[in-house]
Amino acid sequence: MAARPFPLRRAAFSDALGWVAVALVSGFILFPLLAVFWRAGGASLPGPADWSALRFTVLQSVLSAFFSIALAVPVARALARRQFAGRGLMITLLGAPFILPVIVGVLGLLAVFGRSGIVNQAMAWVGLPPVQIYGLHGVVLAHVFFNLPLATRILLQGWQSIPAERFRLAASLGFGPRDVFHLLEWPMLRATLPGVAMVVFAICLSSFAVALTLGGGPRATTVELAIYQAFRFDFDLGRAAVLAVIQIALVTLAAMLALRFSLLDGFGRGLDRIPRRWEAETWPLRLLDIVTLALVALFLMLPLGAVIWRGLAGLEGLPPPVWRAAAVSIVMALVSTVLAVGLALALAHLARRWRGIEAVGLLGIAASPLVIGTGIFLLLNPLSDPSRWAFAVTALVNAMAALPFALRVLAPALRDLEKDFGPLADSLGMRGAARLRWLILPRLRRPLGFSAGLAATLSMGDLGVIALFADPERATLPLQILRLMGAYRMDAAAGAALVLLSLSLGLFWLFDRGGRRDADA
Amino acid sequence: MKPHLMIAALLAAGPALAQTPELTVYTYDSFVSDWGPGPAVKEAFEAECGCTLNLVGAGDGAALLGRLRLEGARSEADIVLGLDTGLISAALETGLFMAHTIDADLDLPLEWNDPLFLPYDWGYFAFVGNRGAAQPADFRELAASDLSIVIQDPRSSTPGLGLLMWVKSAYGDEAAAIWEGLADNIVTVTPGWSEAYGLFLEGEADLVLSYTTSPAYHMIAEEDDSKVALPFREGHYMQIEVAGKLAATDQPELADQFLRFMISDAFQAIIPTTNWMYPAVMPEAGLPKAFSTLIQPEKAILAPIDQADALRDLALDEWLRALSR
Amino acid sequence: MLTLDRLEIRQDSFELHADFALETGTVAAVIGPSGAGKSTLLNVIAGFFAPVAGRVLWEGRDITIMPPAKRPVAMLFQDNNLFPHLTVSQNVSLGIRPDLRLSPDDNTRVAQALARVGLEGLDARKPAALSGGQQGRVALARVLVQRRPLILLDEPFAALGPALKAEMLDLVAALAAETGATLLMVSHDPADARRIAPVVILVADGVALPPQPTKAMLDDPPPALRDYLGQ
Repeated sequence: MAARPFPLRRAAFSDALGWVAVALVSGFILFPLLAVFWRAGGASLPGPADWSALRFTVLQSVLSAFFSIALAVPVARALARRQFAGRGLMITLLGAPFILPVIVGVLGLLAVFGRSGIVNQAMAWVGLPPVQIYGLHGVVLAHVFFNLPLATRILLQGWQSIPAERFRLAASLGFGPRDVFHLLEWPMLRATLPGVAMVVFAICLSSFAVALTLGGGPRATTVELAIYQAFRFDFDLGRAAVLAVIQIALVTLAAMLALRFSLLDGFGRGLDRIPRRWEAETWPLRLLDIVTLALVALFLMLPLGAVIWRGLAGLEGLPPPVWRAAAVSIVMALVSTVLAVGLALALAHLARRWRGIEAVGLLGIAASPLVIGTGIFLLLNPLSDPSRWAFAVTALVNAMAALPFALRVLAPALRDLEKDFGPLADSLGMRGAARLRWLILPRLRRPLGFSAGLAATLSMGDLGVIALFADPERATLPLQILRLMGAYRMDAAAGAALVLLSLSLGLFWLFDRGGRRDADA
Repeated sequence: MKPHLMIAALLAAGPALAQTPELTVYTYDSFVSDWGPGPAVKEAFEAECGCTLNLVGAGDGAALLGRLRLEGARSEADIVLGLDTGLISAALETGLFMAHTIDADLDLPLEWNDPLFLPYDWGYFAFVGNRGAAQPADFRELAASDLSIVIQDPRSSTPGLGLLMWVKSAYGDEAAAIWEGLADNIVTVTPGWSEAYGLFLEGEADLVLSYTTSPAYHMIAEEDDSKVALPFREGHYMQIEVAGKLAATDQPELADQFLRFMISDAFQAIIPTTNWMYPAVMPEAGLPKAFSTLIQPEKAILAPIDQADALRDLALDEWLRALSR
Repeated sequence: MLTLDRLEIRQDSFELHADFALETGTVAAVIGPSGAGKSTLLNVIAGFFAPVAGRVLWEGRDITIMPPAKRPVAMLFQDNNLFPHLTVSQNVSLGIRPDLRLSPDDNTRVAQALARVGLEGLDARKPAALSGGQQGRVALARVLVQRRPLILLDEPFAALGPALKAEMLDLVAALAAETGATLLMVSHDPADARRIAPVVILVADGVALPPQPTKAMLDDPPPALRDYLGQ
């Protein structure tokens, strides 16, 4: 039947909640920006150095997004069609690079690709000249290290949204791997890839420490560094704010492109169902998948192994403030998770009808933390001492940073749910809290658990806006790691990083498991 | 939001109601950290002042000044502690500081008579490397060598800026040529000191830009004397960290008391092994033994404060041009 | 009485007109070619789809713009009539209170409804643990507790076998008779209409015709229906 029913409901309470979330998220970015402009007394134009920083930023972000998804496709496919011991562990560990404090991850990478790293030792052993990690390729390599796992996980969900029956049908029709790709996998990828690329692009756009540390010199200047310079050197708030607006405009543009090219998608499903893939049961494909998984495991796990190895040495006699900070970080992560998932649900509700709403969720990672932090400071300062608000502000900033990921997972899942059960719930008058409690929360358990896990781990690793909002009583674990490094205590910092890594993965595992426990068909 | 505001207001009013005077000191984050001087300083000062010392950390020195500029005269700070010589002229421009009344006998390698800002510690920038490795004796030798170095970006880091000023002050018009010579030695430029030092310890470079006092940390805390600072013939650029009293303070006497305390033994003895810098006034007990093994630069360099900004902009352009090639 | 007053439904190139009334307590089958708009007509009456013109009235009251849950309507869809994550009794209870806060009286009603459809003792099961026929009975039990005077069936039993489907239809007809409800059911199968519906509403060529006696209509079908029936 051509007619697609739409509900006659009047604007419901949940719609209102959705718009409140939109207002909150955009207000959280826009008001601080306006405050910075207002304080600056207007905009001032970026100079030629800023424009070249912008060019480099876009270039490295595009490359990072491209390579992240180009590599994520074969990895996700191999994970989607192979069953092997340790598969679940590998998927959990895939989340690890994403949550490491940047400098810890970079040091892990250097243990592998650095001057005296494993790769160069191997090169020297076979008599080859050393490879140099510093430069644009190093920046891209590090961004791929941080973002490939995320891209893989999202794509893996896409693969598992293809019903097992389709593969059965494909097998009965005698499809080869190429046919399966054209008719089953490519349509899914076409729907998911733009969104994944958009998220990675947005993350890399505000990259600061990775680009600078591995960039090799001022050629690798990013917009975020230009903002730092405008703020610290020249105290030119107008220029800093204009640069932040440019960042946001770029991400919005990317989001619009991605949403335009991505079709309706649904990948909020579980991770553990592996449909049998008759067409892939050949030795060449098996070998391809084994090699792919082995390589990516090496690429991701060696640096992680280095982080863990170094951390074990520093774990002994870790000072008490580190454990205190760990407790603060856990509480912070839980608060941020509730905020992020709540906001994501409210936005996902609206995104069923207005897909552009998803772009709102991206604002949080698009905007310069320095500028937004400054703006919030300007807004709070007349009211009370901003450091009193450090916890709340940091939790909110973390929630904003986790929002796009939670939204990416929840929006399609909610869309499917409403398609399947919306009419029945409407006809029974299930609205507001009743609908949330008896329909949405139980039916969305898995995507909710997954997105809550993502949000929690992200919040654990995020630094938030420490420069202006440091709270000495309640330092978070990432801040303590930086402080330890700043006080020469690199070993203790490595130990604390290992604590952070374990706690984050633990939280992720708990949420993700919780979402999968006794889930019904 | 309203209830929170009320609670915040009550909290703010709390100490005032209790009639305990409160002194608010803005400083950089690593000062207040558990491994910095902050905890010991707070305990020592509160023991003698009968007040509450409120140490507020805000990023690094530049972020600290940024926060002060954002707050302006409405700032709750009575004292700002942790600006360095590179930030003083910008701090002066704000017009937020007032002259202190402390007459101090400072142990600095240079004459110091700024009426507004009082030093509490100082140090020399230096390249730090491993004992037994090649040791170039100046920038030209370093540039000619194939030693690898890791430095910090002057746009986001205090030591990075210090190196920029060091080369510019020592070489003037030839600074650009020095940077061009150094370009192939530079492994990478990090956003801050921690990243650079971490990279060096990981073996990513032979030398890292740090302080002459850095080896003391390894000797005292790790009983490791394998790190050395390289003495350079041009002399070494200085970093002097200062504190200043804000004109809008509501605790002028307490603020002066803190500044006096700051250059007293109780404070100064904490500095060497927490901030890993030289104290501005030598404590009676002297320095820890490891400090005596550190190199003593023959010449201390510091750009005149009133020229520092102009010099900095010029030097940054040269630096960017030389290294972007 | 259900009155469709000069109702006009439009979606893209699809168009449907309806202008007739149905006596309260009548059981009517909605038949017609695939794609003619049978489900759409039910969706308009249930409030899931808005007409571009005309009114829907129940006992003289205009319900055209009323939200679905407020209408005097209980509806069963082609599929997804039960929530798979809720138990049988929870699924039925939703017909009384969508927030599941039931009084002891309400619980008694749920139990009675389940007993009426022959599902005693299965109240703690989840739908996946029931047969297709049992799932249909749960949905009917919910319709029963909803106590709505107008029941709309959009082929909820199409997937059941002929014997089971007949059994369910008999049960529906019995329930409608007991409660005096008006029943509209979409059907592909003339046998269904003959079995329980005294009147049929033919939907074809953009028009939903007024109800006509089933036997006469099926014995001597108009051309549009004849093509569909393959006679």
